[in-house]
Amino acid sequence: MRASFVFSEVVTGLRRNVTMTIAMILTTAISLAMLGGGLLITQTVDLTKERYLDDIEVSIFLTDDVSANDESCTEDPCAGLRKSLEESDEVETVIYQSRDEAYESFQRIFEEQPELVELARPEALPASLRVRLVDPERADVITEEYEGEAGIAQIQDQGVFLERLIDGLNSFRNITLVGSLALLAAALLLIANMVQISAFTRRTEVGIMRLVGATRWYTQLPFLLEAMVAGVIGAILAAGSLVGLQLFVVDGVLAELREAGIISLPSLLYTVLIVAPVLLISAMVISAITGYVTLRMYVRH
Amino acid sequence: MIRIEDVTKVYKTSTRPALNNVSFEVDKGEFVFVIGPSGSGKSTFLRLLLREETPTKGKIYISNVDVAKMPRRKVPRLRQTIGCVFQDFRLLSNKTVFENVAFALEVIGKPAHTIRKVVPEVLELVGLDGKSDRMPNELSGGEQQRVAIARAFVNRPLMLLADEPTGNLDPDTSQDIMLLLERINRTGTTVLMATHDHSIVDSMRRRVVELEFGKVIRDDARGVYGVGN
Repeated sequence: MRASFVFSEVVTGLRRNVTMTIAMILTTAISLAMLGGGLLITQTVDLTKERYLDDIEVSIFLTDDVSANDESCTEDPCAGLRKSLEESDEVETVIYQSRDEAYESFQRIFEEQPELVELARPEALPASLRVRLVDPERADVITEEYEGEAGIAQIQDQGVFLERLIDGLNSFRNITLVGSLALLAAALLLIANMVQISAFTRRTEVGIMRLVGATRWYTQLPFLLEAMVAGVIGAILAAGSLVGLQLFVVDGVLAELREAGIISLPSLLYTVLIVAPVLLISAMVISAITGYVTLRMYVRH
Repeated sequence: MIRIEDVTKVYKTSTRPALNNVSFEVDKGEFVFVIGPSGSGKSTFLRLLLREETPTKGKIYISNVDVAKMPRRKVPRLRQTIGCVFQDFRLLSNKTVFENVAFALEVIGKPAHTIRKVVPEVLELVGLDGKSDRMPNELSGGEQQRVAIARAFVNRPLMLLADEPTGNLDPDTSQDIMLLLERINRTGTTVLMATHDHSIVDSMRRRVVELEFGKVIRDDARGVYGVGN
């Protein structure tokens, strides 16, 4: 295989259909950028989940009666609840927080707002069982099992807040992926069209090539490479704009959210080392397959 | 060299066979005219030799290989042993004379140093030395056909197929082209030429195979175009 020959054929081909090539590169770039965006959001969701899930507890607040009379959780119903929770397969640890401990922690949390601490009395705060689960996403099992049992005032699953955040991110991701798919379909058609035009404008060359006994590789590789080169340029543009977006927009706008620890964003390294290669490889595979199928369907060998 | 055995070719779109039970042999180094009116099956015959088509029935042997049964991946190698020349030259208009000839070697993967060596040789053989940097549109019809012949011959094929190579040329130029084909034939290359040109066939006095309605109606060792002409 003469690389210089194939290379010059590819360059000529791309320059000959320059408007078509640009259209295809842009469509591919936007489609891949959206795909990459989807990947980054997925990663954001995973990172955020990971970060929160470690800290998530289910709080079982006990009734006033229990809070007041059973300081160290040695009597039923508190002791019974604790025992049953500790025996459950779903539960990792159970920590009892008495009314006084709750008050101490309240004081600690709000030490910057002394007037709030002034107002609060220990009697207003319930004792609670702080339950950490093996799988923090299965909090509903605990809620269902214990809701309404004697001694329990309320069950609060912190995971619910996380779920709301994640639902929001997920629907954003889905929109991106649907958009990406629609554009991908457009990109596929453009690749097919580009290969057909290319094959048509080069039919004399291809005819001569076949006649003098060039193998399929020689006759078809220039077309495939042409599609792939355009696809790869699209992928590079897409990866570049994602990196730019991350550097200048996302990190700026979402910096506060991240510093406040509300969401965890993927690092730039993740974009460069994981997302960009995924985009490049998808572009190559997709354009090569589309090009090959088009050649098989429309161009006689 | 070539052995055609009971070959019939029926195209899907036609009821009448383009070739009907045709048999003949061509020896190595022969010069054969294939003549006959339009639609007599000349082009089909050439296409079958190139494996552009496969016969509906019968066998086509080239160097003892049945071309019709050849797997597709071996077809390029077959075509590398066959040179082709056409009425319309089929040169690449954006390439120079040298590049047009070199193209035939580039696309079958010949190394650059071989190309630099053999292309000038073959251009000299066809009488185009000194014109290697010209573009096809700067050449006369006869010169363009010489480029096409150089391209067909540059890989030293065993066989040269010429489909009406003088069809677009005036009689004098046609004679020059025939002399060139004869010279190529003298190097041991088998030449098969399909033509309508009476005067050429009559003046060359070579073997003539005449086709009509897809059948061989005449096969003369030293023929003329029409019987009684």
